[in-house]
Amino acid sequence: MSHGDAAGPRERIDRLYRAESRRVLATLIRLLGDFDLAEEALQDAFTAAVEQWPRDGVPANPRAWLISTGRFKAIDRLRRRARFDAMLGELAARLDQHSAPDPADVDDHDLEDDRLRLVFTCCHPALPPDAQVAMTLREVCGLTTEEIAGAFLTGAPTVAQRIVRAKAKIRAARIPYEVPPRQELAGRLDTVLRVVYLVFTQGYAPASGESVVRADLAEEAIRLGRLLVELLPEPEALGLLALMLLQDSRRAARTTTAGDLVLLADQDRSRWDRRRIAEGTALLERAVASGQVGPYALQAAIAAAHAAAPTAAATDWDRIVGLYDLLARADPSPVVELNRAVAVAMRDGPAAGLALIEAILERGQLDGYHLAHAARADLLRRLGRTADARAAYRRALELTRQEPERRFLERRLRELAAGG
Amino acid sequence: MQYLCLIYADEARLNAMPQHEVDALIDETNASNEELRASGHLLLAQALEQVDGAVTVRVRDGRLSATTGPFAETTEQLGGFLLVEARDLNEAIRIAGRIPSARIGSVEVRPVIDLARERSPR
Repeated sequence: MSHGDAAGPRERIDRLYRAESRRVLATLIRLLGDFDLAEEALQDAFTAAVEQWPRDGVPANPRAWLISTGRFKAIDRLRRRARFDAMLGELAARLDQHSAPDPADVDDHDLEDDRLRLVFTCCHPALPPDAQVAMTLREVCGLTTEEIAGAFLTGAPTVAQRIVRAKAKIRAARIPYEVPPRQELAGRLDTVLRVVYLVFTQGYAPASGESVVRADLAEEAIRLGRLLVELLPEPEALGLLALMLLQDSRRAARTTTAGDLVLLADQDRSRWDRRRIAEGTALLERAVASGQVGPYALQAAIAAAHAAAPTAAATDWDRIVGLYDLLARADPSPVVELNRAVAVAMRDGPAAGLALIEAILERGQLDGYHLAHAARADLLRRLGRTADARAAYRRALELTRQEPERRFLERRLRELAAGG
Repeated sequence: MQYLCLIYADEARLNAMPQHEVDALIDETNASNEELRASGHLLLAQALEQVDGAVTVRVRDGRLSATTGPFAETTEQLGGFLLVEARDLNEAIRIAGRIPSARIGSVEVRPVIDLARERSPR
């Protein structure tokens, strides 16, 4: 026991909870084989720390102490419940015999592996996508169900039910607590990266609601991205973190103080976060150096091309169109085509872009997507086709569910009415 | 000649049943299975976890994909079955991916339920 720390045990425990509780939880889930039991054990371990550390001093290896205390408390709990259910008694006895971790044995490498196991279990493809997101935010990031519900504009009971169902499925279908073997990693990592990026986009560009950005969710996604890069530096993990950092570098410039949207071309580039840009660009270079450039790295490269332009007019649109060509091949989707069309409009003029957007809309694929109509409206406006532009802005307005976006479109409509 | 008998039921209705009715159904099922085994007709009977425990496995271009839910295409019909023993779901998915038909159609993986666990203690 050491008594030398300047901070009191209570502050150390608070700090430790913030920094370590998810790590400790990840290991307890492996040792106990059950999410709920592990969560109870985590709470028990910290409760015991609050009681004992001020009296006995802070242990030399607090993390290991918390893990072994949590494990003993869980076995204790099972024994008490075993009075009502004999099967729990057997389970308690089995846990007691197996893998009893001596605090000195818990090395950092195992703990990091446990965090990855937790990520891959929460993002298991057998769980529905909304459950993957809820489980990741709850178990890996430690958000409360209320916080998750708030971020995704759903009720807390809905989120709680998703989590309960997911845990029941993990138990019933016996989803193992493991990092997939090498030959399965690519497919499984795709799911994890998609969950992380979904959390990010929900934070950076929410589909609905009052604000343009929810910084806390974007931060959480970047933290997850860093964790993945640290533990599993695969090219697409690097690409995703680069993409998130480069997009997030523009966060402060994306909205006015009143919460209104500012388009990329109109943003004050001096407010872009240069540190994020430098970090994102360096990660992108690492991803490209691997020789395997996937969809996330390509999107990061597009974001980096914008970040490298000192002014909107100096943007290298030819390079951006080229990158969209590659992206459309690597990950074909009508949204990628739409973004490419906008880039073409910037390089070759609005008429060229408009023809491409109208071709996409004629196929009926993006007819319900407000940004397709907003992009079309903008090109019509630039071509002087005011009546058509107005109709397209109105269509976009009908489809958007996001307040700042609505205000932006309304402003454009007013400007058009005033101008002619 | 062997025949496969497939049981279909409305899960919502099953979930709404009070426990004593569930227990009665389980007891009746076990008794019926015993009778059929005694008469030499029953080869194997298993109950399945509910459908939200399903995973659908496909192999396309040599790449295995597993998605949540029973997502057979409406153009696909049940064409066979395997009951396999696997350590966990990941191993079951791996085995499903080795089934040649996974390259043409899809393989729905459903965990088998332990009826003894579902029945309340006597």
